[in-house]
Amino acid sequence: MNLFFSLLAGIGFGIGLTISNMVDPKVVLAFLDITGDWDLSLMFVMGGALMVFIPSYYVLKKRMNRPLFADSFFEPTLKEVDKPLLIGAAVFGIGWGITGICPGPAIANLSGMNEKIFAFIFTMLIGMMVANWFKRTQ
Amino acid sequence: MMTYIEPLIGGIILGLSALLLLFVNGRIAGISGIVSQSLSLRADSAWRWIFILGLIIGPFLLSDTKFTLPVIDSSWWMIAVGGLLVGFGSVYGSGCTSGHGICGIGRMSKRSISSVLVFMATAAVTVFIIRHVIGG
Repeated sequence: MNLFFSLLAGIGFGIGLTISNMVDPKVVLAFLDITGDWDLSLMFVMGGALMVFIPSYYVLKKRMNRPLFADSFFEPTLKEVDKPLLIGAAVFGIGWGITGICPGPAIANLSGMNEKIFAFIFTMLIGMMVANWFKRTQ
Repeated sequence: MMTYIEPLIGGIILGLSALLLLFVNGRIAGISGIVSQSLSLRADSAWRWIFILGLIIGPFLLSDTKFTLPVIDSSWWMIAVGGLLVGFGSVYGSGCTSGHGICGIGRMSKRSISSVLVFMATAAVTVFIIRHVIGG
């Protein structure tokens, strides 16, 4: 059951990213180019997502002690803003600004069989492994 | 105005999917975390592999509609360097546009709000430099 809903959520993410055009790096870069021909359509992606997420989260979190098909909520436990968070976000933003691609859209683009997406995911995975190694050694 | 309808609908679907994963399976829909932790081949990562499979299938299901996948034409070096920075930054900073941008902000997490402000700023500055300083 659990896995079925994971699949459903994954498909939903893939469809949401495609319909909203977040899968297109050109649209993402136009959104980030605030001094150029600013295309703010992607604001509506975040707006739409938060519009349904925020109210539902607060209502459901109050009524449910645990998720439907799991023992507990696996939510992040860290609360404080720390250096790794800020350094990571800054580095992530630079990479996002260079390519217009972030992890979700990268994976969602896989069925397009574009060779550049394979290259992006390859170096992204290397970057992730380096970060995991960094975190372990600190 | 029509150009805002599709992003809005897409966003709503993203929000619903994130809710589904959290309130049914108890998991945060953060793609960088899901991908990086799926690399360790433990049995309890099965849901991560299945989620990733769905993420690949979703756009494929739309391939006969007008919502097709784009051509990606950045240069090879930009792709390689960008991928490396995106991978490192999202894991070192505990999240990306999905985990911090949707789930984190949605839970009013101070960490996520800080992260989104920082990565939006560095991304915008990077685009500015590439397009308007170097690009001229």
